Amino acid sequence: MRHLGRPLPRLEASPLVSGRGLFTGSMQAGDHLAMRLVRSPFAHARVTSVDVSGALALPGVVAAWSWSDLGDLPPISYRTGDTGRLDGFRQPVLASDLVRYVGEPIAVVFAEDPATAEDAADQVDFRAELLDAFIHPVTSALGGSSDHATVALVEQGFGDVEHAIASADIVVELELEVGRQAAMPLEPRGLIARWDGARNLLEITGAAKIPHIDRDLLADQIGRPASRIVLAEGHVGGGFGARGEIGPEDVLACLGALRLGRPVAWLEDRREHMTAAPQARGQRHIARVAAQDDGRLVAMDVTFMIDQGAYLRPDGLRIAELTAAMLQGPYRLDAFRALGDVRLTNKTPAGPYRGAGRVEGTFVRERLVDAVADRLGLDPVAVRRRNLVAAEEMPAARGVTLGEVPVVYDSGDYALLLKRAEQTFALERLRKRTRTRRSKGEAVGFGLAFFVDRSGGGSGDGVRISVDDTGTVEVVTGAADLGQGLETAVAQIVADILAVPYTDVRVVHGRTDAIGFGQGAEASRSTVMTGTAAQQAAEKVREKALAAAAALIGVSADRLMLDEGEVRPIEHSDAPGLPIGAIAHALRPDRAAALALPHSPDSAGLSAEAWVSLDSPTYPYGLAAAVVAVDEETGAATVERFFVAADVGNAVNPKLVESQLAGGAVQGIGGALSEELLFTATGEPVAISFADYALPTADQVPDIECLITDDAPSPLTPLGLKGAGELGINGAGAAIAAAIDEAIGTPGAVTHLPVTPARLRAVLRGVS
Amino acid sequence: MTPASFDHHAPRTIDEALGLLAQAGGDARILAGGQSLVPAMAFRLAQPSVLVDINRLTDAPGLVEESDRLEIGPLVRHETLRRMPSRTPLGEVLAHLADHIGTWPVRTRGTFCGSLAHADPASEWGLAVVALDANLTLESASDGPRSVPASEFFAGMQMTAAREEEMLTAVTIPALPATARWGFAEFGRRTGDFATVLALVVHELKGGRMTGVRIAVGGVEDVPRRLGPAEEALEGAAPSKVRFEQAAEIASEIVEPLEDPLSDALHRRELVREMVLRALQRSTR
Repeated sequence: MRHLGRPLPRLEASPLVSGRGLFTGSMQAGDHLAMRLVRSPFAHARVTSVDVSGALALPGVVAAWSWSDLGDLPPISYRTGDTGRLDGFRQPVLASDLVRYVGEPIAVVFAEDPATAEDAADQVDFRAELLDAFIHPVTSALGGSSDHATVALVEQGFGDVEHAIASADIVVELELEVGRQAAMPLEPRGLIARWDGARNLLEITGAAKIPHIDRDLLADQIGRPASRIVLAEGHVGGGFGARGEIGPEDVLACLGALRLGRPVAWLEDRREHMTAAPQARGQRHIARVAAQDDGRLVAMDVTFMIDQGAYLRPDGLRIAELTAAMLQGPYRLDAFRALGDVRLTNKTPAGPYRGAGRVEGTFVRERLVDAVADRLGLDPVAVRRRNLVAAEEMPAARGVTLGEVPVVYDSGDYALLLKRAEQTFALERLRKRTRTRRSKGEAVGFGLAFFVDRSGGGSGDGVRISVDDTGTVEVVTGAADLGQGLETAVAQIVADILAVPYTDVRVVHGRTDAIGFGQGAEASRSTVMTGTAAQQAAEKVREKALAAAAALIGVSADRLMLDEGEVRPIEHSDAPGLPIGAIAHALRPDRAAALALPHSPDSAGLSAEAWVSLDSPTYPYGLAAAVVAVDEETGAATVERFFVAADVGNAVNPKLVESQLAGGAVQGIGGALSEELLFTATGEPVAISFADYALPTADQVPDIECLITDDAPSPLTPLGLKGAGELGINGAGAAIAAAIDEAIGTPGAVTHLPVTPARLRAVLRGVS
Repeated sequence: MTPASFDHHAPRTIDEALGLLAQAGGDARILAGGQSLVPAMAFRLAQPSVLVDINRLTDAPGLVEESDRLEIGPLVRHETLRRMPSRTPLGEVLAHLADHIGTWPVRTRGTFCGSLAHADPASEWGLAVVALDANLTLESASDGPRSVPASEFFAGMQMTAAREEEMLTAVTIPALPATARWGFAEFGRRTGDFATVLALVVHELKGGRMTGVRIAVGGVEDVPRRLGPAEEALEGAAPSKVRFEQAAEIASEIVEPLEDPLSDALHRRELVREMVLRALQRSTR
């Protein structure tokens, strides 16, 4: 049976749907202490005193600490290399002299149970002198490094933008904004830390996403060797980039376990999640595009501001860099400039969230393209088609870098994807029908957005494969599973090469004690990087098995075949085969020498290891399209149809890809229409529960119609893999904005996401 | 999000419940369906030291429909009203409104009286009792029962005429005439959310003219209320698009809308016009 490319059932689904999953909340040790943070009620204040004696007086409270109890603990550091100039923007583990956002940790309490811990947190006496809160950075000019709130400027570009703009036929300038939003995993963050005194080992579970990187960060924070820490992920109720980033809470849980000698469980509640977990988006752009009368794009010039919140997270300036590096999307340009201004505000610190920087950049770029089409009286889809980078231009250097890495699109046939999407979804007919409905008075419109994404790249992803005597294959990786189906995808790749059923492949992931290095699951990398490492390790195992079989059977390896878990001579394909488990048995270190089999003392048994390093990431791409109906009297927008077409190079399991596209699209619809984290003028968060933060519900979301293609395999990996995790969300806001414009007959009407009913009514009032 | 500690009492009779409320001296809350109170306790926005859990009452009146009125007891769940077999206009209105409350789990637990006592301005039941001229029975151990008209019950956002030791033991809604017409419209962000604005219209059509016009809105101000001038604009008039638009316009002008970060006053005012208009249109369909 061939596995690759088939929509096989998920291997990891059974425990998740049968109540046997191991989530942080279900892994608490019997004698654990509950940890509770005391958080600042003020957005900006000078700390006068933090008195924990009231908390300590409660029965059941074991410890309560403020900053002065911590000793010399460094702030949360970066994981993005040398950032000396940014040192001052790191978050302290507990606030010392200033609090800078509502929700900032000011003290921590450890108690026998969560209720007591919460009671005790209420008894911590916090005194502070209020300061003015800086909430709306948009009021000051963009791009000014002299502004005290600017952390850093990020700049990318090529060509002579001013000249290109001056000589173009038309120039359009837009001011665009994407509101603050955040990942909302159903399982909030959590961490369990346990010091094993017998082995002098700190065991941590709960933080998923990037286990090895998190372990190294935590080792630095608490001053222990990384090898005396084991971090093991459990199951995860959603991650989306936010869950698994190290924050003050994780450090405090570890410190608690070490100092108090008892396991410590920190389980974030929803309200905490909504003020303390990384938030995202919050970008304002002033964007110019220049074009010729025939619709050819000439230049883009974009200045943007990121509302970073009070501190930088471990990912540093990554989101600003991603925004600038990916803003050009799929279009050919003569000149490009992006200047990002990362600003501090008295809000929850921003951090990664699925589609980081690309959701915002796609919204801006596609709004610009729509504006060009409108100005020139051209069809917006036709304008896109004529500006797409052509397949024969691949690989296409884009004249910008991300960090030190030049952005070079590895492969793509954008025009072909557009054509296939038009055919599969019958877009022409759909647009025609939408026009007809509009001519009959309905406020309904169609919108389309094209985008390029980025996945994988770099190094540090490895796989070790070993086969046991029963022929069961163990694959150990440094990747993580956030629910994306890592085990299934990796098992499918390995199963084909070793000719075993994928159900006989056990994938171990998210354990720092199982393999030396790992990059986890972020930036759509796990299938690209770990999948490729698994393929290469499996090929080595296969070679080793055939070489050993050749010696055992007495037939040369090139005349042997591996089929259905057995090796047999090609000429005698009906002869009884030698099971791969028997070969593994023969290759045991104690037997291999005795049997005089080819073996190496460096890699005992039927096993092999492979590590992958890609100088450049891969660039998957796609388009989103939407039909949206607007209730003009109330301002409500309804997404009637939603389409995503995406090329992932080689879809290992199309069903897994589809679920990534659909899930992302739903998040994108929420971000386009309803999800927003608002703050009052004094910095209090408005949304502290799901009653205030409007995630889309099932009845608001249509079936997500998907087209998955593999017309442009990546030349960078043997299987041509590209990541799929962030394609569904990327173009949703842009496509829905265009559809709303068309529905209300006002090009360029949507300038601000999410398009809430109140915001859309304000637009409509301006129109009428 | 764990509640502060509290004492839990589960009385078997209303008298026992009233005794507990009197004893607690204002520091008790009644637990019925818990769909508002329990989340408020989880957020520690409410920290009662005593919970009087009325779910095990054996003498609480249920749902009783007489020819001239409907009586609703303290443990009647939203879902019971949604599925009520009555085919009278009043039964239909209430079943229709219940269908717009929360989600199925909320409807199976939350109670009619609990919703009124909680007094969220966007409650369907608050709107209903105001529009339908209901009477609410409040009882205390010391003073026995007293009756309060719905128009005097709501005192502000989550504030009512009920004293701390009182319990809302029954609500009586006068029957609607068999010829009554009604229309309801609401605007909310998502199914199951509290509405931003909701409107209920009731009237009779006699000889092609509207009489006994009642127009109430909720979610707009801190309490649900009837809009007299809009009602008067339609009293005795033949239903027409122009008339409906006039009345809706009046409604939108006389309200003093709340403002919150998700819906500004102007948007709420527009929604009042549109929801009143839609409720009127539905009432004559």
